[in-house]
Amino acid sequence: MKFTLGWLKHHLETEAALDEVLDRLTMVGLEVEQVTDRAAGLETFVVGEVLDAKQHPNADRLRVCQVATGTETVELVCGAPNARTGLKGVFAPSGAQIPGTGITLKPTEIRGVTSNGMLLSEREMGLSDEHDGIVELPEDAQVGDRAVDVMGLADPVIEIAITPNRGDCLGVHGIARDLAASGLGSLQPLDISAVAGSFDSPIKVALDFTPETASACSKFVGRTIRGVKNGPSPKWLQDRLIAIGLRPISALVDVTNYIAYEYDRPLHVFDAAKITGDIHARLARPGEKLLALNETEYTLDPEMTVIADTAGVEAVAGVVGGMASGCTDATTDVFLEVAYFDPVRTAMTGRKLNLQTDARYRFERGVDPDFLDDACEIATRLIIELCGGKASHVVSAGAGPEWRRTLDFRLSKVAGLGGTEVPDTEAKRILEVLGFGIEAETDRRLTVAVPSWRGDVVSESCLVEEIIRLYGYDRIPARSVVRDEALMGDVLNADQKRRARTRRLLAERGLVEAVTYSFLPAADAARFGGVADGLKLLNPISADLDVMRPSILPNLLAAAARNAARGTSDVALFEIGPQFYGGEPGDQEVVAAGLRVGRTGPRHWSGRDRAVDVFDAKADAQAVLADLGLPADRGQIIPEAPAWYHPGRSGVIRLGPMVLAAFGEIHPAILKAVDVASCAVGFEIFFDKLPAAKPKKSAAKPHLELSPLQPVARDFAFVVDQDVPAAKIVGAAFAADKAMISDVRLFDLYEGDRLGVGKKSLAVNVILQPVDKTLTDAEIDAVAEKVVAKVVKATGGELRS
Amino acid sequence: MESIDQLREELLAAVEQAADLAALDEVRVKALGKKGRITAEMKGLGALDPDQRKATGQALNLVKDAVARAIEGRKSAMEAAQLDAQLAAETLDVTLPVESQPQGRIHPISQVIDEILVILGDMGFRVAEGPDVEDDWHNFTALNIPPDHPARQEHDTFYLPGAAGADGSPGERRVLRTHTSPVQIRTMQAGGPPFRVIVPGRTYRSDPDATHSPMFHQVEGLLVDEQTHMGHLKGCLEDFCRAFFGMDDLPVRFRPSYFPFTEPSAEVDIGCTREGGQLRIGHGGDWLEVLGAGMVNPNVLKNCGVDPENYQGFAFGMGVERMAMLKYGVPDLRTFFESDLRWLRHYGFASLDMPSLTGGLNR
Repeated sequence: MKFTLGWLKHHLETEAALDEVLDRLTMVGLEVEQVTDRAAGLETFVVGEVLDAKQHPNADRLRVCQVATGTETVELVCGAPNARTGLKGVFAPSGAQIPGTGITLKPTEIRGVTSNGMLLSEREMGLSDEHDGIVELPEDAQVGDRAVDVMGLADPVIEIAITPNRGDCLGVHGIARDLAASGLGSLQPLDISAVAGSFDSPIKVALDFTPETASACSKFVGRTIRGVKNGPSPKWLQDRLIAIGLRPISALVDVTNYIAYEYDRPLHVFDAAKITGDIHARLARPGEKLLALNETEYTLDPEMTVIADTAGVEAVAGVVGGMASGCTDATTDVFLEVAYFDPVRTAMTGRKLNLQTDARYRFERGVDPDFLDDACEIATRLIIELCGGKASHVVSAGAGPEWRRTLDFRLSKVAGLGGTEVPDTEAKRILEVLGFGIEAETDRRLTVAVPSWRGDVVSESCLVEEIIRLYGYDRIPARSVVRDEALMGDVLNADQKRRARTRRLLAERGLVEAVTYSFLPAADAARFGGVADGLKLLNPISADLDVMRPSILPNLLAAAARNAARGTSDVALFEIGPQFYGGEPGDQEVVAAGLRVGRTGPRHWSGRDRAVDVFDAKADAQAVLADLGLPADRGQIIPEAPAWYHPGRSGVIRLGPMVLAAFGEIHPAILKAVDVASCAVGFEIFFDKLPAAKPKKSAAKPHLELSPLQPVARDFAFVVDQDVPAAKIVGAAFAADKAMISDVRLFDLYEGDRLGVGKKSLAVNVILQPVDKTLTDAEIDAVAEKVVAKVVKATGGELRS
Repeated sequence: MESIDQLREELLAAVEQAADLAALDEVRVKALGKKGRITAEMKGLGALDPDQRKATGQALNLVKDAVARAIEGRKSAMEAAQLDAQLAAETLDVTLPVESQPQGRIHPISQVIDEILVILGDMGFRVAEGPDVEDDWHNFTALNIPPDHPARQEHDTFYLPGAAGADGSPGERRVLRTHTSPVQIRTMQAGGPPFRVIVPGRTYRSDPDATHSPMFHQVEGLLVDEQTHMGHLKGCLEDFCRAFFGMDDLPVRFRPSYFPFTEPSAEVDIGCTREGGQLRIGHGGDWLEVLGAGMVNPNVLKNCGVDPENYQGFAFGMGVERMAMLKYGVPDLRTFFESDLRWLRHYGFASLDMPSLTGGLNR
């Protein structure tokens, strides 16, 4: 919403300076977005009159002018084609800086004639690109007056943001009302005196709706004005419209625009000669068309309200008028429309037509439903004032929407909810200046009547807001919030703590955390199991972000490919976040996914850097699970993983039937499809599948038994078939004597010709922890025999000699 | 006596001439061993008369000690030399570079959320969460945004088709939550007051503006009890902003605004300067919006089964990326989601940079 300071002061009597007004606007909730002081840099320019313009003796295109500046008469050289005797222009004296060029003027000799100052074009003034000639000021401008005053530029333009609830401030009068209630001045009353009609309007109005659709237009007021003379509107009106960025068109059109911005009251003026029969509001018929004032043809549907005569549609109600019945300079009789259109229907119509107008913007936020008759009089008076003519009696149909409402209001709520004591007299003053009526009061309980223009005020808390908003949020004392005994406990719950730990753990392991979109291209999703129909966005932001992600890995792979393209091919990334298995609320799970691509590190002289392999991913997964209370020996490693992993180099970690994690090399076909050239390994940890974290009864750690007896270690190597999993040997060795064997570590794998085809050798280091006494050689040998027997039985292999 | 002196000279000379430890040991055996020359001389003492025996014995002992000392000294010197030689041979070029430990990083979004949780956690807020896919009621209607409310148009909502019925009929359209506020609703529906929760999470808007992102993060706060009023909201957010930006005297301003789910509503600005085109947070007469807030609208409480006659409170919300951008000087929102390792290493945090009240909130 734009307006000028002068325009505001027309409605608000105040001594406040610009800065004070700006500050107050923001602090009552009408946030100032921009202030344009169009006079800045132009203050020293004055009205100059060309007393005499002669051809330059030495230049065809230049003139030598004698210019009266109010204090003296100077001689200057001017190249503008319109520089002529008698013209009043904008004079810049020597020493002034020209905004459009940045040049500081000084007396200059131009082909033998000294030029003392300059007459300016709009471009030179920095106002526009107009440079065909110098600015021509009105003939009645006083020589020596400030040009910015004469040109209407001295009035700063203010632009404020209007929240959706404050349609009433889409008019200057409403803004003035808020400022007055805040104590900045007093609101000037409206002149709503009626203009007497002298004849019956030949055009009548009617509302043509069913009871179900009657709300589309619930009131229509109009009148005919005969004998108007259309033409340019007066300068004061043009100045205001130009200041807020509107183009003056003609007096009749400018009046409607002006009243929209002055009173938040859009209205329309038809050329009465182009109206056939009476005017009525109705819903459009299927396929009806209107060539609108913006020279675009719109096809309408029966959800849209139109203004029509017997010939057809003349306007889209509350949105745009029609070209055919629009006013021109030839217009002599007009019909004025002041109607109330349903906000929702108007908004919907505008959206469907993809047409934003000042009228729609106001109607969809709800204009004052009780400001039709008065607006009709104000508009009539202004039209007659500017264009002459005689008004008919008012014609009208409908009663308008029911808007009257009273609210019970406890003044104690101001402090109770608003947090600051506002004196009752001040609270009531604020309400009354805002237009609220206090109909009854007992024991600080009020019955408050809400004014017609404040449809947003519907409850006691709305009234609290009005009072503290205008009293000043800055006057509410701040009170710190401290912990509440009743709400003690950790900030994070057990699941949230697990995720927080995992995040730091993975970063500690050298993985860099990424945050990627929850959506991805359907093609990427398809490689990772695809998504249900419920996860396909109906309105994706772009074709390659069209489904919700079924896995995080494809996003990390895409990130790896992007990084490789930028020269970083060794990548270690992880993300903790949601992935989706259905389109209903809650059909999602939290996953930590990680990806390592390329080598373990930069090339190193030690030769210890290497290509990443499946065991890096397995180590990551196991480290996370171990940190979450599930040590590596508890989960079962099963060599079956989802299809996006290499079938022979992947696995899942299971606890009972529950798959807690998956890991492996990413399937080479996928790497090829997503343009990742190096080997890539990944893991996924499914937090929601982990056993619930048990709340601990005590922070104390379990009792620690430290054996004084030294453990004994023995190595065993077994030759087994190639397909015997190592875990089988480790498990069998462990099982040989559960009381005494404290650890079994697999430390050697050998596959070679010496063992024969299809064989491998695996060596384990078995640790025996004596329980109550040192072991004898015979006891150690006995356990060793059991280990060998168990492993041989479990694997079909033999002890390697 | 001459022969003892001579013996001494000979033996000491032999010690001196021993080329290595083995030769030295040979000298030792020949001099002091069981069959060594001094031992042999000692054995011969018995044949002497007592006076002579005493004098010769003393002289031989002196020789024995001298030779033994000489051997020890020579041995130490040889061992030292040998160690020196060994160490010299073992020299490594210590200017060679060590293996680099891969450095992981924490994303600034996670870090800033952790910082926010530390500050608000100390005020007694606990974390609540909710689904990214929401139904219309939780995301809009329950928050006092009815279907035809103009605020809905400003939300640029992403839609999902919803689950089709068993008979194949179309399902109820679902939304990607446009804010974390639906978790307010879920929290209040799930239990009874008082409530004091913070909600970090992903949010989604289909704003095509190139400076926006279709996904971003918010942290929502909700405090409902019997007496909390607007003064507490101011205190909470003033304290929060000053702690988060690490400035005890940071100017904080509350300005009236509008949200359907709060009344009264406010936007919160912090002080800044924009001198020379450079944004700096702090004193300087200019303002920067960082939060939206307000007292929970009674309709919202009613929609959740909480009696607004007995309970009231406040809610607030902030954009995590925006807070991160302001605090850490990140210039562009979209870069947060590009996973560019150069960016992540620059703007990310070490795993040990855990924000805490004791260790500090700034890195």
